[in-house]
Order: sequence, then structure tokens, then C-alpha cells
Amino acid sequence: MAQDKKVRLKVQRQDGPGLSSYWQEFELPWQPHMNVISALMEIQKRPLTADGKKTTPVVWESVCLEEVCGSCTMVINGRVRQSCSAMIDQLAPGGETITLQPMTKFPVVRDLMVDRARMFADLKRVKAWIQLDGSHELGAGPRQSQDNQETTYPLSRCMTCGCCLEACPQVNPSSDFVGPAAINQVRLFNLHPSGQMHAGERLDAVMGEGGVEGCGKAQNCVEVCPKEIPLVDSISSVGRDTTKRMLLGWLLK
Amino acid sequence: MAASKNLVRSESGKIRRVVVVGGGLAGLTTVIKLCEAGVPVDLFSLVPVKRSHSVCAQGGINASVNTKGEGDSPQVHLEETAYGGDFLANQPPVKAMCDAAPGIVFLLDRMGVPFNRTPEGLLDFRRFGGTLFHRTAFAGATTGQQLLYALDEQVRRWETVDLEDDKGDRVPGEKMVRKFEAWDFVGLVLDDHGTCRGIVAQDLKNTEIKAFPGDAVCLATGGVGIIFGKSTNSVINTGTATSTAYQQGACYGNGECIQVHPTAIPGADKLRLISESVRGEGGRVWVPRDPTEQRRGRDVPESQREYFLEEKYPGYGNLVPRDIASRELFKKCFHEKRGVYNRQSGKNENEVYLDVTHIPSETLRKKLAGVLEIYEKFAGEDPYTNPMRVFPAVHYTMGGLWVDFERSANGSLVTGSPRNQATNIPGLYAVGEADYQYHGANRLGANSLLSCIWGGMATGPAIASYRKNLARSAWDMPSSLFERAEKREQKKYESILAMDGEENAYQLHQELAHTMLVDCTIERHNATLDKVLAKIDEIDGRMKRVGVTDTVQGKMNQGAQFVRHMQNMVVLARVIAQGARNRDESRGAHYKPDFPQRDDENFLRTTMAMHQGAENGSPATVRYVRELDYDLLGTPVHVTDAVDISLVKPRARKYDTAGAASAVAQSGPKASPAAQNAPAASTEKA
Ligand SMILES: Cc1cc2nc3c(=O)[nH]c(=O)nc-3n(C[C@H](O)[C@H](O)[C@H](O)COP(=O)(O)OP(=O)(O)OC[C@H]3O[C@@H](n4cnc5c(N)ncnc54)[C@H](O)[C@@H]3O)c2cc1C
Ligand code: SF4
Ligand code: SF4
Ligand code: FES
Repeated sequence: MAQDKKVRLKVQRQDGPGLSSYWQEFELPWQPHMNVISALMEIQKRPLTADGKKTTPVVWESVCLEEVCGSCTMVINGRVRQSCSAMIDQLAPGGETITLQPMTKFPVVRDLMVDRARMFADLKRVKAWIQLDGSHELGAGPRQSQDNQETTYPLSRCMTCGCCLEACPQVNPSSDFVGPAAINQVRLFNLHPSGQMHAGERLDAVMGEGGVEGCGKAQNCVEVCPKEIPLVDSISSVGRDTTKRMLLGWLLK
Repeated sequence: MAASKNLVRSESGKIRRVVVVGGGLAGLTTVIKLCEAGVPVDLFSLVPVKRSHSVCAQGGINASVNTKGEGDSPQVHLEETAYGGDFLANQPPVKAMCDAAPGIVFLLDRMGVPFNRTPEGLLDFRRFGGTLFHRTAFAGATTGQQLLYALDEQVRRWETVDLEDDKGDRVPGEKMVRKFEAWDFVGLVLDDHGTCRGIVAQDLKNTEIKAFPGDAVCLATGGVGIIFGKSTNSVINTGTATSTAYQQGACYGNGECIQVHPTAIPGADKLRLISESVRGEGGRVWVPRDPTEQRRGRDVPESQREYFLEEKYPGYGNLVPRDIASRELFKKCFHEKRGVYNRQSGKNENEVYLDVTHIPSETLRKKLAGVLEIYEKFAGEDPYTNPMRVFPAVHYTMGGLWVDFERSANGSLVTGSPRNQATNIPGLYAVGEADYQYHGANRLGANSLLSCIWGGMATGPAIASYRKNLARSAWDMPSSLFERAEKREQKKYESILAMDGEENAYQLHQELAHTMLVDCTIERHNATLDKVLAKIDEIDGRMKRVGVTDTVQGKMNQGAQFVRHMQNMVVLARVIAQGARNRDESRGAHYKPDFPQRDDENFLRTTMAMHQGAENGSPATVRYVRELDYDLLGTPVHVTDAVDISLVKPRARKYDTAGAASAVAQSGPKASPAAQNAPAASTEKA
């Protein structure tokens, strides 16, 4: 009977930064169209564990609920993804227990919420912007071909969600590899007619220590990117450009 | 009064920053304009600004660039916006916005927004509601995301730029922008004269409450859709910030004007939008002629489909403005019970078809992939081959904090006037979906991204000139002022943590939202609105008996934060419902079947709401005013609720004949002469 259908969650919780984690289980009434977030919202309304003990509601981050802001990323049944687009009926058609864990490559704030500040700092490091003269009227921008738009638009859909960093074996506490998302931004801005004018600065930022060379070409990133951004292509393309720049640098020495 | 001389440092030597709360399109544009004017900014946001609600916008941004040779112009854009809003918007700000629009889209293009292109490499434009012109620039179907990212990148650049003092020397360690992300604005700091001198905010990660001085404060905190529960809005759109400012004395304008979008997907947590651009690219709305039709949508033959918008409104068809489309969908499903029949549930559901299956899939992929992806993911059906099933959802807040403007001789705005975007609290500005200014009683699609960015372009210079003429910097005010405000908010937070009643704030929210959604959206009846108001008072009372679900201190506590947001939602719900109760007419999105006519004589005026706090046991009330005086840099300014209709004279609003919306400015691409003779009397609503 549909009314008796249950949603079972097993959540890895952590009361604050640096504290140890523990598991808690929840059982909620099933509803149509349910996703992981609406299940977590039910816990807010009735914060009880599966065995009926009072607890605090689970903390997580979400904004758009339509997989475009990147905030709600977590590890669901062992796979990193957005919790808003994780539909309960697909994850657990037979009422199986769904496990929720925070991402492991970023410090935990509380429960499923992590701090991805490093990703925003990396955007500064690679100068992911156009060097605008000013926001006053300067007429139309440079013309661009439809082909260029069709190449750059998919690259610019990166929502800084962190899935690719979570999946990348080269991003770990003992390496300072910047990760695929920021490298993809280098490619994006270097493809723009005015962005190109400062291509060198961005390439410099991903040359050497922690830069594009750190990629081991494992391709895990592409597999988990929810926006299907061709990250390995971006890494190869930026890799080629940095090599060229390096060679040029030697020749001019 | 003499203005302070040094604009970088206060007399006590502190850096004179201003505060911007909100990092959506409106807030970020304001920050950029301030930085360019040399004004350093502290920027606050609930979430990393790159994740602001603006990221959701799909369809595009309007600008009359006229690249298709249709004879479009900013004048036509102004006229259609005024007409689309049923004449409730002040027209000079609308004119300024429409005139600036082409420049804004060019600027965004220069910033790197990957707008779709024509074969010549120019910007491509598509159609949207309420117009016959191709006026909407777009980047696939994730335009808001792309615009937000472009502005976010520019602000990040300003985060790396060193502040210069008045002699042009770099100030070590001081950057033009400091970001405070994951901070919740909880109150204004008002001095003894009622001038805004800064804000109090809470660091959500450790719940610390702190006051921040600011020579001026700008609220760019977005809309209030979450008051209606499930909507197309992001979960953070609770209106907590605008509600707080209202409770501290800011006037709230046209609260009752809430837009319901005709096409969204039903969901358990959110009603996800299917953008109007889908209809702009040729999507068609229909229901089966036979209400018991059992076949799947794609198997229903053409002759047995009722394209009810096209049939009733041959001029604008599927692109009639949203208020009209939503009412028609509602009528089909609720009153006529003609929604799509569902075999599983055995009844006609409240859903109609939105069909793009006739459009080549290559076109769909290039122009609409982002939206269709959402449908595929959340509805679990392929929209390329099956008509989508959709229903209306609460979408946009036309009302908001009341803001002023200064009209120029040519009917536009005086550039850089400190009156532009100023609230009635001196030193407090508002912009974006948080203000009430640009859309009257109904917003046209793709005009919001524009009003946010234009609003920012007006607000930055307005604040810069306010600050320049400020007699005394906030940074020279006694520290006791800020300590008092901090204490006040700390006490409030402690009282939330101490709440141990039997009610659950999330449950109460669900109850409030249900009432607001069912009885205060598409159709409004006075008798029901009276019940809504009683329900709001009831919930207000029960909010005092809430038990906070989380009492942890010094660490992220979403349970306690939600109680605060909910308290503020109740206050704004009352403003919305009472405003609706008072407006006995039908205008734009505000529709009363018992008063189907627009009544310009009595209601062509702004609803101006002032907060009246709870007194000895009785709940808070709303006081409506017809005029007010506020102080601007020592000079009193007098304003009334009269709407400035100096540019486009109100006339009946009809969309059955092509070109009716632009009939005065000129005839549109397919305008028929008949439309120009539309009667100037009040409108009969559908
Ligand atoms: C699904 C959807 C699609 C849309 N599509 C279009 C479209 O195609 N074209 C169009 O023109 N319009 C569209 N709109 C409307 C448009 O997206 C919004 O009106 C616009 O983005 C609002 O921008 P904003 O800058 O005013 O506010 P927001 O983007 O909502 O930003 C508000 C900011 O304020 C911050 N904030 C809020 N409260 C607090 C607080 N208490 N303390 C600190 N910070 C706070 C938030 O963190 C955020 O940074 C769409 C809307 C939706 C819902
Ligand atoms: S391809 Fe490179 S960036 Fe991607 S997961 Fe592998 S190592 Fe990491
Ligand atoms: S590249 Fe993809 S996976 Fe990585 S942050 Fe961006 S959207 Fe997420
Ligand atoms: S909430 Fe925005 S991606 Fe899930």
C-alpha cells in the first residue's frame, strides 16, 4: 500500500568542525515526487530518529532545488551528486536505505554542510574574469561565431559544486593540485575574444606547483560532473597551452 | 550642512565603507557601480553570492536592440511594460530602464556572457510574453546563471583590488570589496534621528551576532515566494530582510502584487519553472477536447486538442502576459475540470500540456536544453517526444520596499540623484526584486533580470552621491550605537533559543503557506481574505509557542534561524493579504472575480504599508498611508501614492488583438489597425 511506503535514510552526522562523526537513521512517510531534500525537510518538521528518539534536524545546504546553484552537493549511496536532483523513487524503488554523507575534500561545517571556500579562492588564483575597462557604455561587444558560443557555453555552466574535486584522486590533503574546475575556467576565459588578451596570466597561474601538471588523467571528474562539462578536454587544452608558453619562455630567454 | 571632506577615511581614521546586503544580480551590480565610484563595500549574503537565487533565471533579459528589423525601440519597450503592468508602475524609472537596456546587454556581452548568436556573430533575440517583438537576449536556457556568474566574476576581481585613499595611495590590507558569505542580515542600525548607520548580521557558521557600520545600506535581498511555500523560488527567498526593514519603519509598496507563473512542474519540495521562453520558441499550451481522453498526450490527434490560449487570444496566443495565462489555466483545471486526465489517479489532474514536440530537436537543444533538462530530471519524462504537464506556481514579487526616484525634465531619471532607489529611511536603499518599482501589477517575462541590473546601475551612483553629501560618517558615530543594536539582536536570538513550546515552526510555515497559496493568489475573494487574515493572526499567536528544534550554540543552527525567518514571513504575509483585501478592483496579477474591472479612479495608486507593532496582546497590524515625508540629507521630501503616468496614458488592457500592447508607440510587426482603436475605458478581466 502506497500509504505505508517508507523512506529510509542513514545520515552521517557531525556536530561541528573537527568533531567526530556518527550515524543516525530516519524513517519517513513516502510522498510522490520526493527527492532527498524533501525527505530532509520532513525531518525538520519531526526531528525523530527511526527508533523514535528526539534529535536535532539534519543540517545541509540548498538554494535553487533545481540543480543549478551547486550548493546541495553531498555523497549519496557512495556517489557524489546534488541532493535536489536525487529522486527517492530512483534511489530506492523498493524502500532501500539511502545513505547520506558530507563531501570529504572540504572541511565539514555541520552534518552534510561543507565549506567550499577554496574553490572560490581558486577562481581568484586563475583570474576567472574579463579585465573590463568599466561598466559604462562602450557599445556592442566583440562579435563571436555560433561555433565559439557552442564551445564556451557548456564550459561556463560550472556551478562550483565540487563533485569533480571530490572524485579526483589527485585532490587530496598531501597535494595542492588546483583541480579540474578551475582549469576549465582558464580554458573558458582564454576562448573569449577579450579574455584572450590576458591568456598568459591565467596560464601562468596553472603552471608549475599544483597546476595542470598535477592531473593524472583518471577521468573520474568527467564522470561525476552534473553539467557534463568536458573537463578532460579542458585540461588537455590548457595543458597544451601551458607547454607552448613554457617553450616560448625558454626560447626567449 | 558641510559634508565630510575625506571620502575614504572618517575623521577617526576608519575606512568609510557602505553595506550591500544581497549578492544576486541587483546587489552585485550595485557593488560594481560603487567600486567604480571609488566607494569600498562590505557585501553580505546568506549563501556564497554565486549561488544566489538569480542563478535560477532561465529565459533571458529584455533589450530593444531591434536586430531583427521589426521596428522595436526602447519607447515600445516602455509602453509594453507599462501596459503589461496594468499601469501601476511609475513610468520615469521604467523609461530609464528601457532606454538603458541595450547598453546593459552589450555590457554583459563584454563581460563574457555566452549569449546565443546569429550567423553573423551578433546577439540573438527571442520572443517572450506580452510583446510581439524579438526582444529577449539569452544564453541557452540558463541566462540568469550566466549573468550572475559574469557579475560575480567582476565583483571577485574587485575583491582583489586595493583600496586607494584620497591622494591615490594604496591602503595596505584594504580591498575594495569584503565579502561576508553565510551571514544573515538581522536588523538595521538606526541613530537617534532615524538615519540608517549600518546593519546587524549573524555569522551562520558560528551564530555570532555583530554590528557593521555603513555610510549607507542597500538591501538587494530578492523576493518573498517562500511565504507561499512551494513556489518557483529558491528556499532562501523568505523575505526576512525586507520584512525586518519594514518592521523598523521602511514603507512597503504594492505588497498584494504577487506573480503566479502559468507553467511549472509539480514537485514535493519545489514547483520547478518551465520558462516562458519555451513558449517564446514556439511551445504550445493545450488540453484534450475530451476531458476523459485516456491516450498519452503525443497520441492525441491535432483535431482533438484545444489550444485554448491561441483560440481566446489570437493576437498574442501562448505569449499573453502571465497573469492572463495563469487565470486561463486555473479556469480550465479548477472551474471546468478539464485538466489532463490521469489514468493512475482516475481523475482530471490540475495539469495542462505544454508541447514542444513539433519543434526540431536540434533547435530545442541549442536554445532550451537547460529547461528541458530540468523537466526530464524532475518529472522523469522526455519532453522532446512527450508534451510536458504543467500547472501555475507562485513566481515573482512585484511589490517590495517602497523606493523613491527623481524625475528628469525629459521624463526619465536624474542620473545619480540620491533619491533614486532610496527608501523612506534615510541612508537605506533597496534594489532588485526586493523593491517595488518597475513592474506595476504584473511583470513581463525577461524584464526582471533587466530591472535588477538597471536598478543596481541607478543605486550605485545614488548611494555614492548620498555618501558624498553626508554630514557625518557612520564610522564617526559613537560605538555605543552599534553595541546597543548588537545587544538588541543578541537578546532576540537568545529568546528564540529559549523557546520550548509545543509548536514546530516548519509545520506552522506549511500551514501559513497553504492558506496563502490557496486563498491569496490567482483568484481573491474578500470573504476568504478575511479568513486568511484571521489565520495569519492565529499563526502569529502560535509562533509564540514554538519549540526551537535545535538549541546548539556557537555552531550552525538552521532550526533557530528558521524561527526568525518564519516570524518575519508572518509579518509580510499580513501585508500581502491585507493589501489584497483593500484593493477592490482587478489589476494585473491582482484579480477579484467580484470586482472584475480595473478602477483607475479609486485604485490607480500605490499601496503604501507601514508596520504597526503588536500592542498589549493584540497582534501587529498594517497601517496604510497615502503620503509620507522623509528626510534626505537634511531636506524633507514629500511623496504620495499617486502613480506617475506621465509617459503612457492608461487605457484598457487587452491581448486579443495583435499589437494592442504597443498600439500608441507604433504599430508592432503584426499589429492590426483595430487594436489602435481599443476603448480607453476600464478593462473586463477574463
Ligand atoms: C525559476 C525562475 C526563473 C526566472 N527566469 C527569469 C528570466 O528568464 N528573466 C527574468 O528577467 N527574470 C527571471 N526570473 C526572475 C529573476 O530571476 C529574479 O527576479 C532576480 O534574479 C532577482 O534578483 P535579485 O538580485 O533581486 O535577488 P536574488 O538573486 O534573489 O538575490 C538575493 C540575495 O540576497 C541575499 N539575501 C537574502 N536575504 C538575506 C539576508 N537576510 N541576509 C543576507 N543576505 C540575504 C541572498 O543570499 C542573495 O545573495 C526568474 C525567477 C525564477 C524563480
Ligand atoms: S582527469 Fe585529472 S582532474 Fe580529472 S579526476 Fe582525473 S586526475 Fe583529477
Ligand atoms: S566542473 Fe562540474 S563537477 Fe566540477 S565544480 Fe563545475 S559543475 Fe561541479
Ligand atoms: S539546491 Fe541548487 S543544486 Fe541542488
